[in-house]
Amino acid sequence: MDFRDSPQEAEFRDEVRTWLAEHLKGEFAEIGGGGGPADEAGWEVRVEWERLLGKDRWVGMAWPSEYGGRNASIVEQVIFNEEYAKADAPARISFFGEGLFAPTLIAYGTEDQKRRFLPRIQAVEELWCQGYSEPNAGSDLSNVQTRAVLDGDQWVINGQKVWTTLAHRAQWCFAVVRTDPDAPAHKGISYLLVPMDQQGVSVRPLRQMTGTAEFNEVFFDDARTDRANIVGEPNDGWKVAMATLGFERGTAFLSQQLGFRRELDHVIDAAHAHGTATDPSIRQRLADAYVGVEIMKYNGLRMLTNLVRRGVLGPEASIGKLYWSTWHRRLGELAMDVLGPDSQILPGDPRDPYELGELQRIYLFSRSETIYAGASEIQKNILGERVLGLPREPR
Amino acid sequence: MNFAFSEEQEELRQTVRRFLEDKSPSAEVRRLMETTEGYDEGVWKQMAQELGLQSLHLPEAYGGQGFTFVELAIVLEEMGRVLLCAPYFSTVVLAANAIMNVGTDEQQGTLLPGIASGETIATLAFTEPNGKWDASGITMEARQDGDGYVLDGTKMFVIDGHTADLVVVVARAAGTSGEDGIGFFTVDGDAAGLTRTPLATMDQTRKQAKLEFSGVKAQPLGAPGGGWAALSKTLDQAAVGLSNEMVGGAQKVLDMSVEYAKVRVQFGRPIGSFQAIKHKCADMLLEVESAKSAAYYSAWAAAEDNEELPVVASLAKAYCSDAYFHAAAENIQIHGGIGFTWEHDAHLYFKRAKSSEILLGDATYHRELLAQRIGI
Repeated sequence: MDFRDSPQEAEFRDEVRTWLAEHLKGEFAEIGGGGGPADEAGWEVRVEWERLLGKDRWVGMAWPSEYGGRNASIVEQVIFNEEYAKADAPARISFFGEGLFAPTLIAYGTEDQKRRFLPRIQAVEELWCQGYSEPNAGSDLSNVQTRAVLDGDQWVINGQKVWTTLAHRAQWCFAVVRTDPDAPAHKGISYLLVPMDQQGVSVRPLRQMTGTAEFNEVFFDDARTDRANIVGEPNDGWKVAMATLGFERGTAFLSQQLGFRRELDHVIDAAHAHGTATDPSIRQRLADAYVGVEIMKYNGLRMLTNLVRRGVLGPEASIGKLYWSTWHRRLGELAMDVLGPDSQILPGDPRDPYELGELQRIYLFSRSETIYAGASEIQKNILGERVLGLPREPR
Repeated sequence: MNFAFSEEQEELRQTVRRFLEDKSPSAEVRRLMETTEGYDEGVWKQMAQELGLQSLHLPEAYGGQGFTFVELAIVLEEMGRVLLCAPYFSTVVLAANAIMNVGTDEQQGTLLPGIASGETIATLAFTEPNGKWDASGITMEARQDGDGYVLDGTKMFVIDGHTADLVVVVARAAGTSGEDGIGFFTVDGDAAGLTRTPLATMDQTRKQAKLEFSGVKAQPLGAPGGGWAALSKTLDQAAVGLSNEMVGGAQKVLDMSVEYAKVRVQFGRPIGSFQAIKHKCADMLLEVESAKSAAYYSAWAAAEDNEELPVVASLAKAYCSDAYFHAAAENIQIHGGIGFTWEHDAHLYFKRAKSSEILLGDATYHRELLAQRIGI
């Protein structure tokens, strides 16, 4: 048990720090690291920045070197993310491509697919979106109704996806579609790669309770993709789709945790500014939020150590999503109480478009986080059944 | 970066677990909790002589083995898991750490070897009838009398105070208040003028006593006065130790719940297949795993004796207290009627969770302390 860097780790950390110090200048430094993968503030600048990262192989750093990666170890990825967050560098934009699709492709894709897609993710020439949820397939993802049928050398796709983050920015979509309607739910699903820029694909922004529209609806209306653009075998896409979800619990947690920690600092500052920092019940909740965000880090470090040592994730890995989304929602609630009546007043003018302040945004946006990427109730089923071994609900 | 126990540490855990499963099964816990002394002398000696548990983290120069707080934390977790009835926390965690924090080399040389060998049972007497865990709670005054000191007053809630051979007492210089003038003193358990009264405790597995001092002669431990820093550190270390002990109990009640939820059938199916029960277990798992992360990290900070210790100690004590209590309470609920009986062990853990939550300050107390320590 030791939380200090080994000499090699310290050397790598230096390399990251030096690179960031040399490159994070001008408009890149000004934009700051706020916002998540769905936030579009400063988009053009962030694209330029991401290309710089890609040029020096920080995008795809975990990939094998034959695909342009650095073969970075898990600990190195953690160090990079930690330094990146500390430097307050721009929020990353290639989460869905680099973070979710690329590791799936490396595990399940063909050699041709890897050569075709990975370099363009690294060069930030192609962005990806995730076509999973549908109006009738939320928690029950295996109920997807979007259909794909082969027509010669092409798949023809019809149906609707929803909650598709950054679909309007993406060139490609990895989509879970039904290719055998007669098979049992999990058996007739395929994992297709669909180009977004075509007649048969239309994207409609979905305005949320925050007033913004990070998510979209995507309609496939005789959309087409080449027969070869499938990961895994036809009708065997469920396991590929599940593997992608596994990567959501990646090594980026430390930068997320540091971001949360920064938000908590802002809430504490607000408590001082609004005179609520002396209120005993607010003090209790601020301390509790601090306890929570620190334990988030310890949980993550334990998870990673197990991953490095045993090659498998321990039970603490499965609690991550449930833990952070619940914590963040409570931080938002606390922020409102810290602000008091001011929490109800928006920063702008009544005639302006509906726009939230930072803490108000945490309060409202965090309501989505206990729903997307597996709702809390689904996470608890997973914990109960797969980790604790409790019997499944009869279905 | 490495957040895992080493192979040697895992072996230590297995050795201690086997020993405790053999020596401290439920029947033995129930036998000992009914006694006034609350421990088995034979097992206490075996713990020292066969496993070296009392000497684990003491310096080698004084009969110890020189292991770190991480090894100590492993042992405490295992003890918490089986509700071991023994004066281990009082002797090794409270008293020994106080002696190491404040005692001169000579005093450590005199006092620690007895603890290491299992000869000496010791405790730390600092709380008083006012029930406060901070400096303001210490009102007992130490009066200088020739070369030595004399103590008058009452110490309460003293863990194993009635069986301790050696009592480390915290008192203050006359006319001082708050964190000023705090000093440590040692008194023999059978000293003249010391009246020790065992208390009937709701949690029978951890004994407490009232100690009344009437002109008791005491030796100063370290320099009298200026002892608050040492006491504060001792209490932080104790909070870390207790957090690890609580984690052992919390994991145990989670195991009991899950096991029962798999076999108890109602409405024709195991109750663990109902989401109402399954989600309770999932919440417990999240909290128990998080409590472990906090407890283990705090043990590392205590082993390193780094500047993080005060913050992390309060953080761990606050979280683990709530997590253990919640898990122990849900364990009763999941067991239903049987969980409410005297015969079932659920109440033993529920009571231990509560007494541990209160010991050294409850979660509310530690959250406020944490707020102060991080500058809120």
